[in-house]
Order: sequence, then C-alpha cells, then structure tokens
Amino acid sequence: MKRAGFTSRWLPILLLVPQLAIIAVFFYWPAIYAVQSSFYLQDPFGFGSTFVGMANYTDLIGNAEYLKIATFTLIFTLLVTFFSLTLALLLAVKADNVIRGAKTYRTLLMWVYAVAPPVAGFIGLIMFNQSWGPLTDLARSIGWEFRLGVNFNDTATAMVIVSVWKQVPVNFIFFLSGLQSIPRSVREAALIDNRSATRRFWDVTFPLLAPTGFFLLIINITYALFDTFGIVDTLVKGEPGNNPMTLVYKVYVDGFRGNDLGGSSAQSVVLMVLVLALTIFQFRLVERRIHYT
Amino acid sequence: MKLFKITTAAAAFAMAASSAFAATEITWWHAMGGALGETVNKIAEDFNASQDTYKITPVFKGTYEETLTAGIAAFRAGEQPNILQVFDAGAATVIGAKGATVPVEDLLTQNGVTFDINNYISGVRYFYADAKGKMIGMPFNSSSPIMYYNVDALKKAGVTPPKTWEEFQSVTAPALKKAGYIGLSQSHLPWIFTENFMSRHDLPFATNDNGYEGAKGTKILVNTPPLKNHFKALTDWQKKGYFAWYGTGWGDNQTPFEEGKVAIWLGSSGSFGGLSKKNLPFKFSATFLPYWESVTKTPTQTFIGGAALFAMSGKSAEENKATAAFFKFLTKPETQYFWHKQTGYVPITEAAYEMAKADGHYKRFPAAEVGIKQLSLPAGKHTKGYRMGFYVQIRDVMNREYGRILTGETSVDDAFATIEKESNALLARFAKTQN
Repeated sequence: MKRAGFTSRWLPILLLVPQLAIIAVFFYWPAIYAVQSSFYLQDPFGFGSTFVGMANYTDLIGNAEYLKIATFTLIFTLLVTFFSLTLALLLAVKADNVIRGAKTYRTLLMWVYAVAPPVAGFIGLIMFNQSWGPLTDLARSIGWEFRLGVNFNDTATAMVIVSVWKQVPVNFIFFLSGLQSIPRSVREAALIDNRSATRRFWDVTFPLLAPTGFFLLIINITYALFDTFGIVDTLVKGEPGNNPMTLVYKVYVDGFRGNDLGGSSAQSVVLMVLVLALTIFQFRLVERRIHYT
Repeated sequence: MKLFKITTAAAAFAMAASSAFAATEITWWHAMGGALGETVNKIAEDFNASQDTYKITPVFKGTYEETLTAGIAAFRAGEQPNILQVFDAGAATVIGAKGATVPVEDLLTQNGVTFDINNYISGVRYFYADAKGKMIGMPFNSSSPIMYYNVDALKKAGVTPPKTWEEFQSVTAPALKKAGYIGLSQSHLPWIFTENFMSRHDLPFATNDNGYEGAKGTKILVNTPPLKNHFKALTDWQKKGYFAWYGTGWGDNQTPFEEGKVAIWLGSSGSFGGLSKKNLPFKFSATFLPYWESVTKTPTQTFIGGAALFAMSGKSAEENKATAAFFKFLTKPETQYFWHKQTGYVPITEAAYEMAKADGHYKRFPAAEVGIKQLSLPAGKHTKGYRMGFYVQIRDVMNREYGRILTGETSVDDAFATIEKESNALLARFAKTQN
C-alpha cells in the first residue's frame, strides 16, 4: 500500500492541535483531576482536604452495596446489548426483504433514534405508571402485578425495555446498510447452493455482517454502561431508594447529590479503567479475528 | 476650557446619577418550582418595588440537591450567589463549611437590623443554628410532616383521626379497611418515619447532642427498639392492608390519597396549598402526627423540614447590606403571612402567626394551622434538630433499606444494622473532611 505523506513535519501537528486541545481540556484535564481527587477526602466547599491514599478505593471494594450495583450493571449491560442487537438484526433482515412501502417501514423503525434518553425515560414513566400506565395494565392482564419504583425487578425490567427500545433504531440503521452492502451476486450464488433461507442467513449473510455486528457490540456495551444515565435518572425520579442503578448513576449520586467528591472520583477512575480495558479488548483481541471487507 | 468644564460637569452629574439610581443587585438561588416558584418571584418583585436601593433576582436551580450542588460548585469557582437556599439534609454540609456563609444573625446585626431569636416561633429557632444557638441560616420555607385525612372516608368508617399509633392499628385502620379503604400511606420514610419519629417521641437521633457538638465521633442512633418496632408494625400493617407503600417517590404515595383509595396520608404541612387547589372529590383535613403511647406519654414537637436561606460569604459590604435588607423584608409579618397563605409553609415569626390568626385564616382553613401548632408543641431534649454530614447519602441508604423491608427483600433487624453501619461510615468520612 502506498503511503500518503506530508512534506513538512509541522503541518500535521498544526492540523492536530485544535482536536488535541479539545481533548486536553475536556478529557485529559478532568481525568487527571479525578485521579488526583480520588486520593483525597474533601470538604464539599473546598476548605479542607485530607490525603487518604487508597482508602477511597478500599472502601469501594469493601462496600457490599457497590458490588451489588456492579453486578446489576453487568447483567443490565448484557441484557440491553443482547436484546438491542438481536431485535435490530431481526427487524433489519425483515425490512431488507420488504419491497412495497420499504421506505415507510424503515423511517418508522428509525424514528425513535431521535428521542433523547431522558425523554425515553419519561415515556417509560408514563407507560409504566403505577395507577394508569398502559404497560402496567398489560402486565396485570397476564397476572403480573408490575410496580415501577417499588419492586426492584420490575423497575429493572422497565429500565431494560426502555433502553432497548431507544437503542434498536441505531442498530437497525447499521444492520440494514450492512445487509444492503452485501453484493447481490453473493446472495444469488448462495440461493443456488441452498434453498433454506435460515441456513443461507447463518452461512453467508451473518459472517458478512460480522464487522458491523462487532462494531455495534462495542457501541452497545458503552451505550448500556454510560448513555442510559438519562433513562435511569428519569425512571427512578432522581430518588434511587431501593431501585436498581448503574455504576455511572452511582458516581452521580455520590458526587452530585451527596457531595462526596473523593469517593465519587474513585468510582469514575474505576470506570475509566473499565473503558480502557474494553478498548484494548476491542483492538488487540477481537479485531484480529474479524475480517473487514 | 469652557468645553472641558462642561464635560467635567456632565461627567460628575452622570456619576452622581448612576450612584443614586443604580440599585445594588443581588441574586438568590432557590429550589422552588411550579406554583411555589411563582410565589418566590412575587416576593422578590414586591421587595424590588418596595424600595429602589436594592434589586434581587431569584433563580430557580432545580431540586434541593441540585441547588446545593450548584451553589457549592459556584462557590468553588468564586461565582456564588448572595443567597443560597439549602434544605434540612444539607444543613450540616453548609454550616460545617465555616467561612462559606455569613451567619444570618451577624449579617443582620452588622447592618443595623434588630435581631431577636425569640421573635421566631420555637420550632424553627435552632435547626439552622450552631451549637451555641447562633442562627446561621434564615429559616425560609418551613414545614413539618403532618397527618392529612379524608373526612368523608373516616365518617363512613365511623372513626375519628387517630391520636396514637395504637389507636390506628386497633381501631382506625380495621374500620377503614371494612369501609373499603387502605388506611395509610406516607411520602418520605426518612423524614417522617425516622427524623420526626425521633423528635415526636423526644428520642436522641445521634450522639454529640444530635451532632450539633461537631462532626467528630458523631454516631447515628437508629438501630434502637422504638424505631425498629415501628417498622415491624409497618410491615404487619402492610400485610393486613392497613398501610401501602408506593415507592420512594413523593408523588406516587400522595396520588392514591388524592384518588380516594387511601384514607390517611402523611405529608408536609407545605402540601396544604397544593392539595386545596386541586379540588379533590372529598373533604380533607389535617392533624398532628400520631405517636406511640408505649414509647412516650408526652409527645413533643417535630423538626422543621423544608429549607433555609444562607448568605454566602465573599460578597461586598454593599451587597451584604442588600441581603440584610431583603431578609428584613422577608421576615416582615405581611410577607410571612402572604407566603404562609399561598403555600402552606408555616410563618416563621410569632408576629406573622398572630397576624394570620387575627385575620381569621385558621377559621377559614383549620388544617393550615396544624403545622405551626405541631412545631409549637412542648420542646424536648432532642427536638431542636440534628446535624449530620453526608446526610443526603444517609437518607439514600435509609430509603434503600426501607424499600427493601417493604418489598420483603430484607428483615427489619438486618436493614437497621446495615443503616447503622453505613451511616456511621459516612459520618466518619465526613468528619475527616472537616479539618
């Protein structure tokens, strides 16, 4: 492959500066500050600050509640990622086959993409309202006494449903364009080889969709971990109580509600390490095994 | 030369004019949304119209927690407002940070406003004061948890509002159940069934005089038989259909009362204004929070809830003078009575209370007087308030464990052991920040 190059060494650096400056101001500086404050216990108003070493971290590990929240976050992320991807794939495959009115279907399926997370959460609140929510009524009709905000599992179910609903359109768009980029000739050749649509999907279409799928997997994991904040906040109405919450929401609860800057910083450092690990996993381990066309 | 003289004269005139007409501007960050916010704006407008030396601008900052966090962030950036509204649970944070605020008592006396703590009604005097009794924050929207009841439902069941919890469980609730009602719901377990459970029964809530003597070594005292028995009773009532819990959200527990499903609801005396504007399909009234006769024969006053106004430090003498002038305006009987009438929050001075009585406000709305009467009940050793750091998080721990008790995920004994352990860990953490 031929490499394109710059004649001067300074030009590329100059071109990178604006981007780097933004990253430095909005990421590196706060990140360094978070690492630093995670070793201190601070008076909220900033008058006193005591160096406590690793105490904020050891407190986290020793805290049964934090571990419970971490476990919930893991299960939540798995469920949201799994259902967002599978439902979107199913819809994309079906929409890809539709000929008449294809555009209308696609637009309708993509619509939800424009909904902001807190708005999605608010719609969830209405649908699952304890006294008159239509989905609460639906659950009751099958004998499920659904109680949002009271029962831990019910609230968790609502969080998963709303998060999946919000994420499916994004995945749908990517899967659909992935499907449409598979060459017609390949599909026709497969059609001659095998009459079973299911077999053709698993043997031909699915492997060819793998790069898209893998990209979406990473996107969905980060979505479930971080971007669902607005949904969680709205569904618990800002009062966590005995409701489930994710690790990011816990950072907010301790830092912004509780004004415990040290403890909250330690939690954000833990999350930063988690994202770092995820990124390394993405680039080192998996990208080698996935073949991009 | 002549031109120079004219310009100088004009400049001098302009300067004189600007110093005479430019009012000193101060800002007030608050957490009063909706109808309450409109009343806050009206008070500010009235203050601005009453004189032209000072101008106050109120800014709505979201929930209590959000307002406190915004105020702290602003303070750290040197951009703090002149007045910050801080709620009961944030009192230890803001009062503990010596130098963040100017004690209201000092602010007023330094600016020539007479101050006598005895002009305030007894229940509000010391909650936002320091250990020596000096008032640090000016009580603003003061409320207390009281018992609202559906008059029609109680009549139908043939009972009167219960005075004690014993009466509730043996007489009131069974009769209400027979009449087709759920007896009881409440909107804030830590506030109503923990903090004010302590003050109503005059029980100590924390060591170090409820935390007033300093953060160091303060320990919470909730893992005790009276409170545990109360929660055991609650779970029992829940099983029998006497009590229902609709989650941690305030409104979720108030709605069933408004819908007429629940006959008795424990809420804030400040909820009165909102309830009376709603045109409920039944007649409602209110009375004191019940108590356990088995715990005390002489029930005491409750804590004030709601929030206080703190004068932030780092402001010019001129601006502090404006803040003092506003506080003077705010505590005037007319302003207090207006606020009380509009919102249901209690008037904080005796003079305002007298004015409301003289005006016949309580003849028209007897329920409006319950909050202030309850706050004026005999005080006890442990009823002036509590002062615990990271208390917002402690309330979160309580809410979490209480929720687990009421959904059957944990037992009362385990829950209180957890609350005690986690709260004390938070208190110890807070003590370390206070060097």
